[in-house]
Amino acid sequence: MNVGLPHFLTISAVLFALGLFAVMSRRNAIGILMGVELMLNAANINFVAFSRYVQHGIDGQIMAAFVIVLAAAEAAVALAIVLAMFRNFGTVHADTVQSLKR
Amino acid sequence: MELLNVNIPNWSDMGNWIPEAVLCVGFLVALIGDMVTRGKKPVVPFVISVFALVTAGSYAVAGLNNPGLAAGLPIMGDLVVVDGLAAFFRILFIFAGLATVLFAWTSEEIMGRKRENKGEFYALILMMTAAMMVMAEARDILMLFLSMEAVGLVSYVMAGYMRTSLRSTEASLKYVLFGAVSSAIMLYGLSLLYGMTGAMDFAGIRAALVSGPVNGFALLVVVVMIIAGMSYKIAAVPFHYWCPDIYEGAPTPVSAIFSVGPKAAGFALMIRFFYTTLAAGPDAAASVGIIHIINWPLLIAVISAVTMTYGNLVALRQSNVKRMLAYSSIAHVGYLLMGFLLLTPAGLQAILFYLLVYTLMNLGAFFFVVAINNHLKSEELDDYVGLGFRTPWAASMMVVFLASLTGIPPFAGFIGKFYLFTAVLDKEWFWLAILAALNSVVGLYYYFKVVKAMFFTTPLEGADTSPLKLHWLQYTVLAVLAIPTLVLGLYWGQFKDLADQAIAAMTVGF
Repeated sequence: MNVGLPHFLTISAVLFALGLFAVMSRRNAIGILMGVELMLNAANINFVAFSRYVQHGIDGQIMAAFVIVLAAAEAAVALAIVLAMFRNFGTVHADTVQSLKR
Repeated sequence: MELLNVNIPNWSDMGNWIPEAVLCVGFLVALIGDMVTRGKKPVVPFVISVFALVTAGSYAVAGLNNPGLAAGLPIMGDLVVVDGLAAFFRILFIFAGLATVLFAWTSEEIMGRKRENKGEFYALILMMTAAMMVMAEARDILMLFLSMEAVGLVSYVMAGYMRTSLRSTEASLKYVLFGAVSSAIMLYGLSLLYGMTGAMDFAGIRAALVSGPVNGFALLVVVVMIIAGMSYKIAAVPFHYWCPDIYEGAPTPVSAIFSVGPKAAGFALMIRFFYTTLAAGPDAAASVGIIHIINWPLLIAVISAVTMTYGNLVALRQSNVKRMLAYSSIAHVGYLLMGFLLLTPAGLQAILFYLLVYTLMNLGAFFFVVAINNHLKSEELDDYVGLGFRTPWAASMMVVFLASLTGIPPFAGFIGKFYLFTAVLDKEWFWLAILAALNSVVGLYYYFKVVKAMFFTTPLEGADTSPLKLHWLQYTVLAVLAIPTLVLGLYWGQFKDLADQAIAAMTVGF
């Protein structure tokens, strides 16, 4: 079987959909963040695949490297915030945190 | 241009990037200063950050006269450009940052006796300002995403600045979750756009869109995904959910800069990105084709109409002034989006001028809330009763800000709205203009509820009516914001010219 652009795009679309589903269905803040990681990596697959098959350059790969670094930075900040929330509320469930007015 | 060909350590470019460099160095020095004094002397990072902002600001103002602006001064190849648009927004962001730093110094929420890590706040503001400036300068997908995330990461931390406060922690959690999801959606859209065009820089994307056959549906999906990420930054419906909660929960000086800084930066980014990729260039016919293949005017008109109506209607029933201002800022995004409708220079100029006015009046209104919160520890409308007599000067300035936010004639807000309305009426989108006019009337009601509480409601028996004494710095900053809000309503010509030149000197890379 010849692996081509459509295969990569299919995987990335599935990954993105799974990530979005996790974001919408999870109550746990850390679960939501894991969903976000899936979505970011879906975009990364796209970038790398397009740089190989469409642009024939390496712009997309450079972009993917930056996104990986950024995802790590974002995870660090987000987990610190989740920790602060756990200290204050005693839970990591995003939907039980409702002290602000609706 | 491909990224590989960029000669990164090209120091000759860096002369055009002095304000950003000063802010980044200032950020580090302020952090070190805070560490050396073991966080016990917040005055050290405060002074460093004021000094850095003033220095960066003077370089930015001097940069306005650079003859190279019209052609654009590229930095790091094609990644970043300093042109008219960037020069305009640089000054706006530094001004907002400086005003916030000065006001935060007097805020109990940041500087109160029990608060920790007071010094880091000033360092973070510097980083945020620098990142917002890069947002206005990015002309490549890579820098677009990195600068947006840089602003985001700093904002998440600042929203949760009061670490032990429930409201503040909740605000920052909601901010980080919404922010991460919407930027992931945007990144996916950007990756598809890269796949459609094979280019990372805006000009290359534009060239590919004009030359090749464009699949309208694919482009629409891409544009909607990108708008999702950007409308989170500017808080447009349906990505506004975070906005009221974050503004209410975060420390008020932080809400103040959130309501103008990242919003204006989001607009700067949207102006450059969508104008360059969808509408710019000498080939006007092709532009019209691309804009209409995805039905852009209707898309933006609907977002704009829903955003302003939602913001105004929900603001009506708020009893917390801070939360009301949050909804009002959503409504103002709706007005601002009217300028985007046809991506014409006239509309974009109107957006820039309105952003200038909006920065003054919205910062002012939030700062008044900060000053009152210091004394009353409350933002509830009921507690504002009688403030007009307890602190007449500050309350009068608040009236100026509120009247300007409403858009009443002698104030700057009216002139700003006038230009936005003209941009829409010019292209015969009458229903949108009528809706916006009706919305302004709704705004009058809730803005003047505050005025009524301050001046015309009799305080209850036994209520505290002793005069409030504000910090001199607070009076100064409020006056610096209130006087231009008044003057710009009468003599706006020069500042409108500034906005016009900024758009005229926006380089699109052709």
